[in-house]
Formats: sequence, structure tokens, C-alpha cells
Amino acid sequence: MAEVLVYVDHVDGAVRKPTLELLTLARRLGDPVAVALGAGAADTAAKLAEHGAVKVLTADAPEFADYLVVPKVDALQAAYESVSPVAVLVPSSAEGKEIAARLAVRIGSGLITDAIDLTADDKGPVATQSVFAAAYTTNSRVTKGTPVITVKPNAAPVEPAAAAGTVEALSVPFGEAATGTKVVGRTPRESTGRPELTEAAIVVSGGRGVNGAENFAIIEALADSLGAAVGASRAAVDAGWYPHSNQVGQTGKSVSPQLYIASGISGAIQHRAGMQTSKTIVAINKDAEAPIFDLVDYGVVGDLFQVVPQLTEAIKARKG
Amino acid sequence: MSLRIVVCVKYVPDATGDRHFADDLTLDRDDVDGLLSELDEYAVEQALQIAGDHSGDDAEVTVLTVGPEDAKDALRKALSMGAHKAVHVEDDDLHGTDALGTSLVLAKAIEKTGYDLVICGMASTDGTMGVLPAMLSERLGVPQVTLLSEVSVEGGTVKGRRDGDAATVQLEASLPAVVSVTDQSGEARYPSFKGIMAAKKKPVESLDLEDLDIEAGDVGLEGAWTAVDSATERPARTAGTIVNDEGKGGDELAEFLVSQKFI
Repeated sequence: MAEVLVYVDHVDGAVRKPTLELLTLARRLGDPVAVALGAGAADTAAKLAEHGAVKVLTADAPEFADYLVVPKVDALQAAYESVSPVAVLVPSSAEGKEIAARLAVRIGSGLITDAIDLTADDKGPVATQSVFAAAYTTNSRVTKGTPVITVKPNAAPVEPAAAAGTVEALSVPFGEAATGTKVVGRTPRESTGRPELTEAAIVVSGGRGVNGAENFAIIEALADSLGAAVGASRAAVDAGWYPHSNQVGQTGKSVSPQLYIASGISGAIQHRAGMQTSKTIVAINKDAEAPIFDLVDYGVVGDLFQVVPQLTEAIKARKG
Repeated sequence: MSLRIVVCVKYVPDATGDRHFADDLTLDRDDVDGLLSELDEYAVEQALQIAGDHSGDDAEVTVLTVGPEDAKDALRKALSMGAHKAVHVEDDDLHGTDALGTSLVLAKAIEKTGYDLVICGMASTDGTMGVLPAMLSERLGVPQVTLLSEVSVEGGTVKGRRDGDAATVQLEASLPAVVSVTDQSGEARYPSFKGIMAAKKKPVESLDLEDLDIEAGDVGLEGAWTAVDSATERPARTAGTIVNDEGKGGDELAEFLVSQKFI
């Protein structure tokens, strides 16, 4: 069967959920061959085998951490040349998209980013995308070269499927460009213990109506009662109430969770662009005219300082 | 030392308008007003600040765009902010060019213009792919220093801060280089009246595919590396339930979440 190259996003050997989703999609196109790079690469093999990887190509070298992006492109290209896959799939993180972009230029292939679904037809993979702030759904194909496609988190369910997962060391010849951009300092993000925003099944967001950094505690409490990630609108971020890393919207992160709860967010087009593909949308806002109510499955017109804590208590009571 | 900065900008449809597909499944540009992509304003701003820091050294900021006649509006906006000159790549054969093709055209135009530093926004506000800076770095064969929330240039070295998912990293590369900046890099200035008047007199160079030595078949809809098979307008969301909080809004919402199996 045809092989499909899957780029593995992992942290010190712990495979992140979007890669497991990617393996579900890859199996629709062929036999997944996973490429894991950097510290802990070999530790990913067992997990990847449980999810259908027939082979895991691993490489570790100081270059992957010491220089930006290009060493990873060199490695993915080496894997591409050793496997001759029918498609290359990469998670749609900021770095994933850059890696995919450079690979596409190098191998002369078309690139599709931010797919929300993938199917196979006789002409190759067909990628579904959501465009123009989710006003349209498109189906696209790569027409030149080997399709390079980046896929958004939550595009597919994680489905275990046992496979051999044979581990092979990948030999990577680093090019001259690999050492072009030095990483001279690194500060790991402090973990909040909450799920990653773009990967979370439930996102609870606060906006201008939260009215102060200290008030975000009630948004966080609701999120924690649901095991959710916390998001913020641009207004809340620009006011300095919550970090930019949590911003949902056009200039922040695009999320597509099972459930999105917007509190004190009016729903400007820029925010809607980042959350409109959420499966179920709930809003709480004092202003009955807020545009967010045009999107909701369930909306509460009311004071978030009353509604949100009451909701949190009700959830806690039910969960015992 | 002179410092030649090229800023790549895009003329995009206004996101607050209704955007539609034309019959050939490209954007229907007649249907909606265009403007300079907001995220590119941050790139223009950083270019002007870097040039300002090098004011004694003869720094020059050129704004570059690929697009139809109307795309000149985006160049004018950047010129009115303070950029020195503009380059407009315009050719009927460019209609329908995808990201791979656009990166080819931009790279050739950048090489023709001459550069020490290329600055881009983090992504366009229409396609939102965010891949052009990496593609330009690959094509030009110079370092990529991308997604920066802080950037500075000193003595032939560009330094910046990149806020990633797992960590914030400090980056360093030698010029020439390709940089992209995020919306956290610093508020973009508003054009002054003087700036708007001055922009009218600034040079805008027009280039076509022949000037750039690019075959028409390598770009445009026919030459694209990708094809859109279908575009379906998403059905409007069916009206949801909207309730007024009479004191039990939170409890009622919890009931809804239970009914949807979220709790």
C-alpha cells in the first residue's frame, strides 16, 4: 500500500493529540510512516504504533533545538526522499506550517494548509477547508508534485489501530541554511495545567465584559469545572487582562472545539473568524443585540458575574 | 552603511464585508472593498522603526505587492505611513496564483529590487496561511526569523523574540534575512495628513511577469500547484435558543449542557 509521511509533533517524546488525529486521517490515504525529530524522538514509537504507524523514522541532533525550523525541514526532506510517499501530512501549528511551506518549495509540490478533513479519491487526497471566516467550505487538491497538507487540530477523532511501528534511524544531511537562525535563548511556557487552547475539546472565553484581569478568575473556574482551555478576545488581551497566547480570533488562535462558551464577548468579525467552526456555541452577554447571539446554539442574555458562577456551581454539583 | 528593507504587503478583501467566490472559484473582487491587510501594517511599522534607528545610515523602505490595479491602494497606505517607495507587480496572467506561485513572484521581485532585510506580516487576513515568509526564506536562500513579537537590527544582525506554543525563544541571524512580525510587535502608526500628501509624490514602480523573467504558465490559475474543486456557502446557523436570565440562567445553561452530553 502507498505510504503517507506524517510529521510528529511531540514534547520530549510525548506525542501531542493533533498528531494522533493526523494518523487517523493518514490511514485513509495509505500506510502512515511517522517522522519524529529531536530529544525523545524514539520514545514516541510505541504511541505512534498504537495509532497505525507502520514505521517510525527518528533523528536527534543538537541542530533541531539550536536553530529555527530549517533543520527539521532537512530531516523531513530526507524522509521524503527515502520513502517516496503519496502525501506529506503536518499538524497546522505555526511551526508545522512553516516546515510544510519550505518542504513544498523544495520538492516543487503544492501546499494546502489548515485542512479540517481529508478524504481520498482516485486523483489523490481531497482537503476540506473552512474559509472567509467559515462562511464557505471548500474542497481542494494539490495538482503538482506530492501533496503537502497541514491539518488543524480536532479535524478527526483519535482512533487506535495497531501497526508494526518499526523504528528506523533517519540519516539527515543538514544543509548550509540549517544553521542560519540561531536560538540564543529559550524560556519554556509555564504550564497552567489546562489543555492547550487549539487542541481542547471545550474552550471557555472571556472578553471586554469580564472587565478586569482579576475577574478572569471566574472564567478560569468555569473552565476548570469542565476541564476546558481558557480563551480571550482581542479586547481583553489588548487591555492586558489575559496573555496574548490565549487570544482567539483572526490575529490570535483559531479554535474548533466541541463546545465554545463565550462570556462577555460581543462577537466582532475578527473574533468570529477564530471560533466559528466550533461544533456547539454558547454565549453569555448582557447585550441582547450582541452579534455573537447570531451564532449560538444557546445564549443567555444576562450578567456574566451572576450566570457564570452559577453555571460553575451547577456543573460542580452534577460532577459531585 | 545603507540598509535596504523590502516590506511585502497584501491587498485583501475587507473582512467585515461579504466575501464570495467568482465562477472560477477565485475571490470575487468586484463584490467587496479591499484594503491593506491589517497584519501587514505591523510589518510596515517595524520597517519604519528599524529604518528610523538607522537614520544616519541611509536606510530605505520599499513596499512590495502582487495584485490587481486596486492593490495600489495598499501601497499608497504604506507610503502614507512613511515608506519611501513602492513596487507593484501586476499582470493579467497572475489571476488565480496560489501561495507557491506568489512566493516565486515575490522572491524574483525582491531580488530585482535589492534587499538586506525582508519584512512580512505574520499572515494575510484573508487566506491566513502564514506560509509566505518561510517560502521566501527558502527561495531567497537567506535565514528566516519569523513570528517575532519584538525585533531589532544592529550591525548586520537581526534579533527577535518568538512566542511559541511551548516556549518563548530569542533568535539571531545575519543579514540578509526574512523576518515576519506578529500583531504584538507594536501598534502601527496612522498616516498623518503630511504623510498622505507626500505619498502622492512617491515613486511606484510597475513590474510585469516579463520584467521578472517568469513564464505565464508557471503562475495564475492554470499554473497553480493547487486547485479548488468546490466551494459551498455554509448554511446559516439555525437560530439557537436565547433566554433572558431571570436569576436561574446559569442553572438552565447547565441543563442545556447536560442535554448535549457535555456534562
